[in-house]
Order: sequence, then structure tokens, then C-alpha cells
Amino acid sequence: MSTRTSGSLRTYLVTRLLLFIPNVLVILTIVFILMRVAPGDPISVARGGQLPPEQIAELREAAGYDQPLIVQYWEYITGVLRLDFGETIIDSREITDILVSNGGATLTLTLSALVVGLLVGVPVGLWAGRRRDTHTDAALRVFAILTYAAPVFFVGLLLQLAFGVNGLGVLPTSNQADPIVYAQTPEVTHIFLLDTLIAGDLSAFWNGIEHLILPAVTLGLLLSGIFMRIVRVNVVQTLRDDYVEAARARGVRERRVVVQHAFRNAMVPFVTVLGLQVALLLGGAILTEQTFNWPGIGSQLVRYLTSRDYVAVQGIITIFALAVVTASLLIDIINAIIDPRVRY
Amino acid sequence: MAQATTPVAGPEVERAGGGRRLRRVLRGIARPYRESHGVARFMLVTGTVLVTVMVLLAIFAPWIAPYGFNQVATDAGRFGQHVPPGPGHPFGTTVQELDVLSRVVWGARTAVTVVLLALLFSLFIGVVLGLLSGFVGRWLDRGLVLVMDALYALPALLLAIVVAFLLSEFVGGGIATAALAITAVYIPQYFRVVRAATVSAKEATYVEAARAMGAGPVTIMGKYLLANVVHSVPVIATLNAADAILTLAALGFLGYGIQPTEAAEWGYDLQRAVSDAGAGIWWTGMFPGIAIVLLVLGLTLVGEGLNETMNPALRVRRLLPVIMPPLERTSRVEGDAR
Repeated sequence: MSTRTSGSLRTYLVTRLLLFIPNVLVILTIVFILMRVAPGDPISVARGGQLPPEQIAELREAAGYDQPLIVQYWEYITGVLRLDFGETIIDSREITDILVSNGGATLTLTLSALVVGLLVGVPVGLWAGRRRDTHTDAALRVFAILTYAAPVFFVGLLLQLAFGVNGLGVLPTSNQADPIVYAQTPEVTHIFLLDTLIAGDLSAFWNGIEHLILPAVTLGLLLSGIFMRIVRVNVVQTLRDDYVEAARARGVRERRVVVQHAFRNAMVPFVTVLGLQVALLLGGAILTEQTFNWPGIGSQLVRYLTSRDYVAVQGIITIFALAVVTASLLIDIINAIIDPRVRY
Repeated sequence: MAQATTPVAGPEVERAGGGRRLRRVLRGIARPYRESHGVARFMLVTGTVLVTVMVLLAIFAPWIAPYGFNQVATDAGRFGQHVPPGPGHPFGTTVQELDVLSRVVWGARTAVTVVLLALLFSLFIGVVLGLLSGFVGRWLDRGLVLVMDALYALPALLLAIVVAFLLSEFVGGGIATAALAITAVYIPQYFRVVRAATVSAKEATYVEAARAMGAGPVTIMGKYLLANVVHSVPVIATLNAADAILTLAALGFLGYGIQPTEAAEWGYDLQRAVSDAGAGIWWTGMFPGIAIVLLVLGLTLVGEGLNETMNPALRVRRLLPVIMPPLERTSRVEGDAR
């Protein structure tokens, strides 16, 4: 570890950005290897038995699968650089088109889940950490473990049973909106809620919100448990720190000690951990989308997996991996700006 | 987390008789239970009970389950679709006329088998690679770290899906496929922990002493480094087992786990139950779901409890027990009486 106390922010950012390149390259290589170690080529796998052999051979040649692997690898990497992830085999869609038309739904879901997770997890974690080893703490920790132990699709199922037509009948349990509402809203940004606002249709917006509640809560609860644990541990540790003791010794009021000294500092490592949760959030989104019939990228991935469309699967996984790496880059940069200690 | 459980230096491998050794092992297992208290003990004990129940279900599934996992009829006739919980089928039946109780019990066997296999594989590969990487260093270390970090960056579920997707092409969707898919997810974690511990232990004086006495690399790794590294494994392994159950269920839920004819799998059952939920049929999803929650809960409680007792960073010195004044008790009784 470097003993220099503070490196410059610029050096850190440049180094971090340079590290980003091999990082992405390795991930892309792993995805390529994983997807291409299978014998046979994607076209034969997806279309074998459906088309005559000559036609398959033609398609293979057109897609470049008769080339040596190293050439295909080069094509793949340069394709990603040009933001060209290929075209699906079964329905000839550009992967970028999937990203554009289904990405909005995934973005809506993940962001609103993040909000739910933060709103529930952070206050509860602060509270539990403050009352360490009391009954409140124990109960809240059990809650956190339960949100982790219950798979998102089970939580989703329970919420559907409770609030769906056969339960209280108050909330819809699938899709982004009622079919008619959805069809009537002109697509501008491909983010449904934004589109309704652009169209100025408040009842459609409300319809979208209603559809969003259950999926967002389902995925949000999963995150809230994790946030709560992290915040709790950090509060417990900060409350034991010397400067908190020092503040108390100076006669600072307990309330102020807790809020100003302990809570604030406990939130710093939280930002780092938030970055690590992006992978979990995306994984959870795939399951939530599947449970609530939510038309996001995850549900598309499952669809293409089922039809054994390698190109589509490879493209979508590449996008997910890039999203995770980029998110962790952003978090690192934010961290470096807030906290001088992390700079090189 | 790795640096929190820094292994104690000094390999104290005792060359003792079998009986004494067994006693030591048993005492080692019992130690966290004896040393824990308060919330940690509660978590450990509750967790152990839950896990034991599930493991018993898994072992004795053929005797406990009333029917086979893909049995749809007895001599008395077919079970019928969506029979609500009642005398013949305490947990009801599914749309495929399967008995939900039997599916849940057999599912425990599948979950326990897959997770044990996956843990053993990933533990073995992760520990070996971690030791090699930490001990050999140089290009091997760099390369492995690069690959493992990349694998770690991918969403776990995605990685499992891809591996299951590929393996199902070669092997078919069986227990082995599911176990290998989950293995791929957890290798990087063991690798990281073991590598970090190896790197720090490599410089220790006793390793240097061993080298000076002429110990070869294999001996050093196997005897001196491994013994120090395994201390941190139980906590990670229990927590990973919990996570692995969830990954298995998620694979099943997405249709990439075990095929329904091969074994009962809770995640698959839940996938089928989603369409039932719209029709107000709750029993097909509720019971497999609860089974997942209980098993994961049990494993997590054990893991957390172990962590809290064995990790000195989290341990607090026990304060003198507070003796409740008798006043409190009488006033509560009075309160109840009113």
C-alpha cells in the first residue's frame, strides 16, 4: 500500500479509466469463450431441423460462423466497440434494438427498486445499529435475513396472492400498464412512465405507477435487507470509534453525536457497497421481470435462452456485463471525489 | 472480510490417536455453540435446528414423502388437478396432478445434494487455485486474479444461467449440470479469500523456517499454508450454501435447472405456481417457497452466528448480566391482571 497520504484526483481518475479497458476486455473474452466453447455454431443450434442444410450453411456463411474462431473473436470485440452486438437469429432483431426498446422497462424497475431499497433499508439500518443487541435490533436483523432468504420470485408470488385479483384486488400483477393504455401511449423515450408524461396523460401515468408498485417493492425488499445490514454494521463500528467518544467527552449532546458524527461517517463505505449491488440488482431484475411479466431486458434474455439463440444471449449478457463494469467505474470515481483516502 | 478472520499462526497438527482426534474435532464443532451468547447463540441454535430438519428430510425423503416426486396416481386412481390441501394431500396437488407435500420433501433432497456437490467442487477448485496463485505469484497470479475478478463482476445468476445453458447442451439438465453451474459462481469467492490468506501467510516466519529446513512447495502449501487458510472457510461456506440454494431455485425458476422428471426442485415448482397465483391457487407456490426460505434462513443464521462468535472484529466483550429488578416483573403481572 502506498504511504503517500494524498495522490491527486486526476492521477487516480486516469489510472482508473486506463484499468477499465483491460477489465472490459477480459470480461468480453470470458463471455466469448463461454458462449463459443459449445460445439456447433449458433445457427445450427437455433435452426437445426427447421431449415434445409443448404440454407443453414448459407446463413452460417452470412453470419461469419465458418471463419476461424480468432477471426470471430476479433469481429466480436470490434463489434462491441462499435456498439454493434449482432442480430438475433430467430427473429433478426438488432441487439441494440432490444436494449433500446426493452431497456426502459428494466431501468424503470431497477431504479424504483433502488429507491424502495434505500427508503426502507437505510433508516432501518441506522435504527438497528443505534440499538445494537436490543430486541429491536434482533427483530430488525431477522427481517433483514428474511428479505435475503426469500427468493424474489417467492416474494413476488406472495405479493401477487395478497394484492392481486384474488387477494385484495387492488393492484395489477403483470405488465407495465393495461394493454389498452399501453397501446394508446405513443413511444418516445421507450420509458413508459416518461412517455405518459410527455403525452400529458396523467391517468396513464397513474396506471403505470400502479403496475410498477408490486415489482418495485419485490426487488426493493431484496435490496433493503442488504442495505440495512451494511448500514447497521457501519453504524455499530462508527459508534465505537474514538472521535465519537471524543465528541461525547466534549459534551456534545447524544442526539447530535449520533446523527452528525456517527451516521454521516457510517454512510461513506455505503457508497462503495452500493456499487457492488449492481450485479445483484440486475440478477434480481431478471427474476422479477419473469415473475411479473415485465417487458424488460431480463425477460427478453429468458425468451432467447429458451429458443437457444446464442447470438441474442451473447449480446444481452455482454450488455449486462458492460453495465456492471461501468457502474463500478462510476462508483469508484464518485468515491474518489468524496473520500480522498481511496486515491492512489 | 478475508482480513477480518486472520488465521492464527502456527500449524498445530497433532499426531494423536484416532479417538483423541475425533474428540478434538467434536470439541471444535461444539466450540462456537459454547462460546456464543445472546443474539449470536440464538441465531446459531435456531439455524442449526432448521438446517438439521431439512437435512433429515433430504436423507429420509423416501420414507417421509407420501408419494414419489413425479407420481400422479395411486392404485385408488389419479390425484386430480389443483386439489386444495385436505386429508389425502395435506399440501394439495398441482396442475400436473403432483402431490405438493411429496414435491417439497423430495425437493429438500435435491437442494441438499446439489448444494453439497457445488460447495465441494468450488471449494476444491477455489482453494487449489487460490493457494497456487498466492504461493507461485508472478504471471500466474496476475492472470488468475484478472480472470477471477472478471467472473466475480458478472452477475452471479447470469453466470450460472450461461453455464447451465451450455452444459444442458452436452450433459442435459440434471443434478450434475445444476451443481456445476453453481460451482462456477462460487469459485472466485474461495479463490479470493484463500489467495489473500496465502499471500499474507507466505511471508510468515514459520513458512520461512519450513523452507529453510528443505520443505518443497507442495509440502509448504499442503501443510503450512492450507492449515492456516481453512479457518476462514466455515463461515463463507455456510453463507455460500445459503446463496447456492437461492441460485439453484432461481435457475429452476427460469427453467434452467433440473428437469421436473429427474428430481423435484422448488424453483421449478414456483415457476409453475406463478400462473396458479392469478387464479387464486396459493398452495402450489406457498409450500415450496416456505421450504426455500426456511433452508436459506437456517444456513444464513448458522453462518452469521459463526461469524459473530469466531470473528474477533465483531465480538464484543460480554458485559455483566443485568439483573432485572423484581419490581418490573410484579408490575407486568399486575398489568396483565388488569
